[in-house]
Amino acid sequence: MMQWLAMGGYWMYVWPSYLLTFLVLVLNVGFAQRSAQRARQEALRRTQSAAAQQGRS
Amino acid sequence: MDWTWFHRFGSPPHFYRIAGTLIPWFAWLAALCGLAGLIGGLGLAPPDYQQGDGYRIIYVHVPAAVLSTMAYAAMATAAGVGLIWRMNVAHAVAASCAAIGASFTFLALVTGSLWGRPMWGTYWEWDPRLTSELVMLFLYLGYMGLRGAIDDTARADRASAVLALVGVINLPIIHYSVDWWNSLHQGHTLLKFAKPSMPPSMLVPLLLLMLGFVLYFAAIVLVRARGEVLRRERNARWIAELLGAPS
Repeated sequence: MMQWLAMGGYWMYVWPSYLLTFLVLVLNVGFAQRSAQRARQEALRRTQSAAAQQGRS
Repeated sequence: MDWTWFHRFGSPPHFYRIAGTLIPWFAWLAALCGLAGLIGGLGLAPPDYQQGDGYRIIYVHVPAAVLSTMAYAAMATAAGVGLIWRMNVAHAVAASCAAIGASFTFLALVTGSLWGRPMWGTYWEWDPRLTSELVMLFLYLGYMGLRGAIDDTARADRASAVLALVGVINLPIIHYSVDWWNSLHQGHTLLKFAKPSMPPSMLVPLLLLMLGFVLYFAAIVLVRARGEVLRRERNARWIAELLGAPS
């Protein structure tokens, strides 16, 4: 296990690469979901206010 | 040839629905390919005869680099379709590609730098391959900056689409840079069908991870594009129906 973690002495280059890749993958999911969530909320507000206006007129 | 599918795809409600169905498939397949590729790449593949275990950076560097160029090609294609057929959904897809592509270009540059330090003795060199990849990062950032600077969505779509299409010239430069110039970067490993430069135990995990990254990209782009489509639709009835609001 330790031998595997040491990556033949290249651990300080290999593991940061994998860690950063993991971060980029996770952050992309998070940002995309947040952006889609916000768009849904805005759309909901828009359609509701449009419906309310129709109700008044 | 029947082109109805193309026009149907341009219809926002249709796109929204199809994308919603496709996202979980892409996401699960991406996770599966990624996991299998990781087990193969970090566990089963033997060390390289020259680079020892240091070469294992390839399993994140190459998929990231391939995806960075593929995302650009996808962005430019979508932008071109949007420009020619005035298809709003295509512009939404193009706009969704940029941030993801930029993040993977950054990832390719940093992992390449971490690989270059032990193997070449330097984190950075103004080498044709490295420089053209850096130019692509600036193209992505320029595209995003241009979109952010124009308030009117339709104008932002057109202007950024032209920028994306002009930047396509950089793609063959990135790809062929290792052939055209005397580059520090190693030559093609994969696109040599006659005789790949890797044994299957190294190659299969790499191909799995590349496939995983591409599927991941497809899922994330569609998540973002669905949001973009909603933002562009002003008070459309289908949104009201979709979100369950009284219409």
